[in-house]
Amino acid sequence: MIALLLRDLKLALRAGGGFGLGLAFFLIVTVMVPFSVGPQSELLSRIAPGVLWLGALLACLLSLDRLLALDWEDGSLDLLATAPLPLESIVTIKALAHWITTGLPLVLAAPVLGVLLNLPAPGFLWLVISLLLGTPALSVIGTFGAALTVGLKRGGLLMSLLVMPLYVPTLIFGSEVARRGAEDMAVQTPLLLLAGISAASIALLPFASAAVLRVNLR
Amino acid sequence: MTLIVTDLSVARGGIPVLEGVSFALEPGRALILRGPNGIGKTTLLRTVAGLQPPLKGRIAGAEDQIAYAAHSDGLKPTLTVAENLTFWASVFGRSGIEQALDSFDLQSLRDRHAGALSAGQKRRLGLSRMLVTDRPVWIMDEPTVSLDANSVAMFAAAIRRHLEQGGSALIATHIDLGLEAEVLDTGPHKAKPPEIDDFDGGFL
Repeated sequence: MIALLLRDLKLALRAGGGFGLGLAFFLIVTVMVPFSVGPQSELLSRIAPGVLWLGALLACLLSLDRLLALDWEDGSLDLLATAPLPLESIVTIKALAHWITTGLPLVLAAPVLGVLLNLPAPGFLWLVISLLLGTPALSVIGTFGAALTVGLKRGGLLMSLLVMPLYVPTLIFGSEVARRGAEDMAVQTPLLLLAGISAASIALLPFASAAVLRVNLR
Repeated sequence: MTLIVTDLSVARGGIPVLEGVSFALEPGRALILRGPNGIGKTTLLRTVAGLQPPLKGRIAGAEDQIAYAAHSDGLKPTLTVAENLTFWASVFGRSGIEQALDSFDLQSLRDRHAGALSAGQKRRLGLSRMLVTDRPVWIMDEPTVSLDANSVAMFAAAIRRHLEQGGSALIATHIDLGLEAEVLDTGPHKAKPPEIDDFDGGFL
C-alpha cells in the first residue's frame, strides 16, 4: 500500500503529473474574483470565505478525472485488481494521494489567498481548519466519481456533473464554518457537521468506489 | 496448487461467448489457449484471473495464486524501468528485481524511462513483472506481441524455468513457444446464440 502511495506521489511530481495545477487554478480563480465584483473591500471580505471554499472545491475537481483514468488506460488498474491489495484499499490510497497532492496544498495556500480577498483576521484560523477537515471528503467523494466514470470517453465532464451535487453538503458546512469564523460567531455546529460528513465519507465511500470499480473493470 | 476450471461459461458485454470450458492445470504444466480472434480467449483469461464473474461454472485454486499479464503492460512512462518493476514487486510483497531484469536482458535499460522504450522493450518489461510477483499460476494474454525472435526465446526460457520450479502457466498465443504444453482449442466451446423465448411481435 505504501508502495502505491509513493508511486502516485512520484508520478504527480514527475513531468506531466499535474502537481500544482490545482493550486495554480485556485490562485487564478481567487485573483479573478475582485476583477469581477469590483474593488470594494467590504464586499470582498464578506464573500471571501465562500469564494475561497468554492475555489478550493473547483481546484479539487480539476485533477480528479486523471485519478483512475490514467491507470485504467495503461492497464495498471486491471493488474492492481489482480494483485494482493483489495480494491477498497487501492481506492483509499488513491484518494489519499489525491489529497496530499491537491487538497493539502490548497489548505496551505488558502490563508495567503485570504489576504487577497481581505478576509477578516479571525477568519484565517477557521478557514484553514474547515479546509483541513473538508478537503479529505472532497478527495474521497471525487474518487467515487472517478470510479463511476472510469473507462468512459470524456468521462471527466460527466464526472464533474456527478460529483458536484455530492459536494454540496461539504461546501455548505465548510464555508459556513469559515464565514462564522470570519464574523466571530460560534462555529461549533457546522464544524461538527463538516467533520461528520468527512468521517462518514472516508468510512463508507471506499466500499462504494471499490464496488463500482469492480463493475467497471468487467 | 492445481487450477481447476469446471464447465465454465463466460460472457462479454452481456453476450455469452464461450461455454462448457473445463480444464485442470497442474503445477509444472502449461496450457496453451488457441482459437480465432473474437472467440473469447481474453474474456476467459480475465474470468479465470477474477476480473469478471463467470456466467456459470466453477474456478478452483485461483485465489491469491495468479499473476495476470494483459494486453497492456501497466507501465508508467515517467518512471524508470527499475522503478516500474520495484513498484510491482512491492505490491506483491516481494523485493529484488535483479533476476527479473537479467532474465529479460533489461539491465542496460534499468535507468531509462519506460516512456522511452520501444514496443518490444516495453513488452519485455511487462513480462518481467511476472517474475517479481512470485505467484505460481501465470495467466498471459498474447505475451509475445511485438517481441522479436530473440526475445521470444528469452520468454520461452523464463516460462520453462517457471514450470521447472513448480509453477504453471495458462497462455493465449498463436505462435509456437517450443514448450511441452497441452493445447486447448476454444473453437468447439463457442457459445450457441441464445434462444429467443420471448418473441416480440410488436416489431412486426
